[in-house]
Amino acid sequence: MIQNEMQAIYVMWLRQMKRFIRFKSRLIAMLVQPLLFLFIFGSGFGGVRFPGLEDISFIHFFAPGIITMAILFSSMFTGISVLWDKQFGFLQEVLVAPISRFSIVIGRTLGGATIALIQGFIILIISVLLGTPISSVSGLILAIIFMILIAISAVGFGLILASKMNDFQSFPLIMNLVIMPLLFLSSAFFPVVENPTLKTIAFLDPLFYMVDGLRGSLVGAANINPPLYNLVIVFCICIVMIALGSYSFNRSEI
Amino acid sequence: MTSNIIETTNLTKTYGDFTAVDSISFSVKKGEIFGFLGPNGAGKTTTIKILTTLLMPTKGSAHINNHDIKKKRDSVRQSIGVVFQEPALDIELTGRENLDYHARMYGIERSIRKERIDEVLALVDLTDKKDVFVKKYSGGMKRRLEIARGLMHSPKVLFLDEPTLGLDAQTRRAIWEYVKKMNKDKHTTIFLTTHYMDEADFLCDRIAIIDHGKILVTDTTSNLKTTVGNDIITVSTSEDIKFKSYLNDVAWIKQIDSHENHLTLGVEKGDEKIPALIELAQQKSIQVKSISVHKPNLDDAFLHYTGRSMRDEISNNNTQQNFHHGR
Repeated sequence: MIQNEMQAIYVMWLRQMKRFIRFKSRLIAMLVQPLLFLFIFGSGFGGVRFPGLEDISFIHFFAPGIITMAILFSSMFTGISVLWDKQFGFLQEVLVAPISRFSIVIGRTLGGATIALIQGFIILIISVLLGTPISSVSGLILAIIFMILIAISAVGFGLILASKMNDFQSFPLIMNLVIMPLLFLSSAFFPVVENPTLKTIAFLDPLFYMVDGLRGSLVGAANINPPLYNLVIVFCICIVMIALGSYSFNRSEI
Repeated sequence: MTSNIIETTNLTKTYGDFTAVDSISFSVKKGEIFGFLGPNGAGKTTTIKILTTLLMPTKGSAHINNHDIKKKRDSVRQSIGVVFQEPALDIELTGRENLDYHARMYGIERSIRKERIDEVLALVDLTDKKDVFVKKYSGGMKRRLEIARGLMHSPKVLFLDEPTLGLDAQTRRAIWEYVKKMNKDKHTTIFLTTHYMDEADFLCDRIAIIDHGKILVTDTTSNLKTTVGNDIITVSTSEDIKFKSYLNDVAWIKQIDSHENHLTLGVEKGDEKIPALIELAQQKSIQVKSISVHKPNLDDAFLHYTGRSMRDEISNNNTQQNFHHGR
């Protein structure tokens, strides 16, 4: 029985990976946006110094935000792509198989997280080549843990959306009305500490703890909260998201 | 319990005010091919979705292979194979990969996995297409691959929801042959839904006629046809109306219907009545243009039980259906 469930998780993971490797256009499409941000904003704002952060160049500040953004978009898309399976019928095949819904969710989450992490690492390597310093080995390990947690949370969020939506029509709406504002307020692109109102709002934004945590661990500067403090919060967000995601997936009927 | 592999009692599914499946009870014996015959929207697919654990019934109960579909969902899932109405394949994987994933999910041992894949691929003649992406498959090939997949884990019951919908005549034939073959060779019980009379007639041992979510009758295919009773004679003459008035007095004609350019007569032993009819026409100087006898078919049975012709239903639904499958 356990072996079956492990096989099911593996199948779900393997399927995502095969699709990812075979369709390179998706990888490129997913990378284009963060890379555009990184290169264009990075060079445009290259000489800008934020107040209070005079000793940090823009790209150092910016890179963790862009890594978060890349992982976030990619994983959310994996979660939402359950909708494709619904439309193309493959979901029915999975749902009548003698495996638990939980294994399906786990397999899918791991697959999506793996893909998102590959993309995150590509951005990370490019940022390092562009001059972003890495604080320390332990900092890098902590940063990787943050990246994994961000990926899993976003897949969970995508699954919640997928169970509420019936087609892709409302996807751009959610991106523009929910995800982009949260990302802007998360300090991914600019510091939020200078403005008290922004700072208060940011503290309510789950993405803030992800970006701030990644920044604190990776660059080791310009973060507001200590990385471990952020880690605890992000871990809790991750648990809640994946629990809600699998709950919504379980409840959705065909 | 019994030799019935599927048993349902008052199975009901409602969506708000709409009752898709209305308190249906039936049983399917081990090893038989059982068909749900009814027009689109009669509740056939909903019933399959309940029996295959995709939907929870609102009321009533069902057992498959003695497992309760509400409580023992995993045991039910292990006992069944399903071929859905819409293809349920991952089109971005190859045929072989689709089968391999299925085998893994059903816990088929690594040692026999490959052998089983080759076996079912051969059964549906897809061996040389196994490494082609499913998105390059034709409709008939997809359906055959799905049937192969449904058989991989040797299910006790195979559910086929409209297995030949939208396929060409040749492919339909081939699929019918596969279905017959696996029923015979593997003793797989088959539960299928269809709105094609000829399909139900060719494949099924027993049929339930379903309409508006209710089962109207369940019987063997041949019994259903003979309950309609008579042979049916179709006759076309130079003066149908006049001829009909003479026929009204003939004792052995049980029923006369006039149509646009022919009459249909319900009689017993139709073959023997043809000479008498021709003789009668000649006596009255009426010229017989054509005459034929047919055994009542399932369409006649459907008409008898529902009060309307299945063909009317199908033509009414055709536009919608074409649209749906044109995707």
